[in-house]
Amino acid sequence: MSVDVTQQLAELQAKVEALPPGKKHKLSMIVFSGDLDKMLAAMIIATGAGAMGMEVVQFYTFWGTAALRDPVKKAGGKDLMSTMFGWMLPKGRNKLNLSQMHMGGMGTAMLKDLMTKKNTASLDQLFEIAQMVNVKIKVCEMSMDLMGFSRSELIDYPDMEFCGVATFLADASDSSVQLFI
Amino acid sequence: MSEYNVAKVLDLKGLPCPMPVVKISQEIGTVAVGEIIEVLTTDPGSLSDFPAWASTTGNEVLGSEQGNPIKIYVKRCK
Repeated sequence: MSVDVTQQLAELQAKVEALPPGKKHKLSMIVFSGDLDKMLAAMIIATGAGAMGMEVVQFYTFWGTAALRDPVKKAGGKDLMSTMFGWMLPKGRNKLNLSQMHMGGMGTAMLKDLMTKKNTASLDQLFEIAQMVNVKIKVCEMSMDLMGFSRSELIDYPDMEFCGVATFLADASDSSVQLFI
Repeated sequence: MSEYNVAKVLDLKGLPCPMPVVKISQEIGTVAVGEIIEVLTTDPGSLSDFPAWASTTGNEVLGSEQGNPIKIYVKRCK
């Protein structure tokens, strides 16, 4: 009898070990667009998730990477195309435009004014909170290369790393929530 | 006065989303397990956000009172 139970236990254990890994209480988010409004949404969701005790990973790719540029840091040694991209793309999160109603800057300025009046958290504040609630930032290396951005011109963020699509997929596959913004 | 034995009052008046949940997640650790925080907020979204936050973090919302400000009673459970 006891041999039977031991054997059953061993079989059960083997079965459990063979089960695919479960999902964690975790949010994986792709930050693609680099528009002010979408960036606000991305940061509010990320900081909210952090406050809910979730593990949070943001993947910055394509236009999103421009939001991570530091407004004062400079990167030398760029070729002509990279320099031109550098000029044309927003230099950091405070230079982002609205995806709608930008109206040559007027709409964006109006929204920022409203945000101050209504005491809504700015992107600067949201990035600070993100650090506090341990939001991890991962940056797509390929986008950086494509846009001609160098690591030395990005903001100082404690938990930032550079990666490719496999890193995102690995994170996303064990996350309970995945978003593309 | 409230029916709860409040250990701490957290004034979040004037702070919109996502600040209320961010603040409570930071402040919950400052009271002992079993103690209650009274939250004062002007954000109506908090009425559904706090129970959602509590259920995912393993804490408990004992009750809330509509009004200006809205009062929410949060018990630290772990």
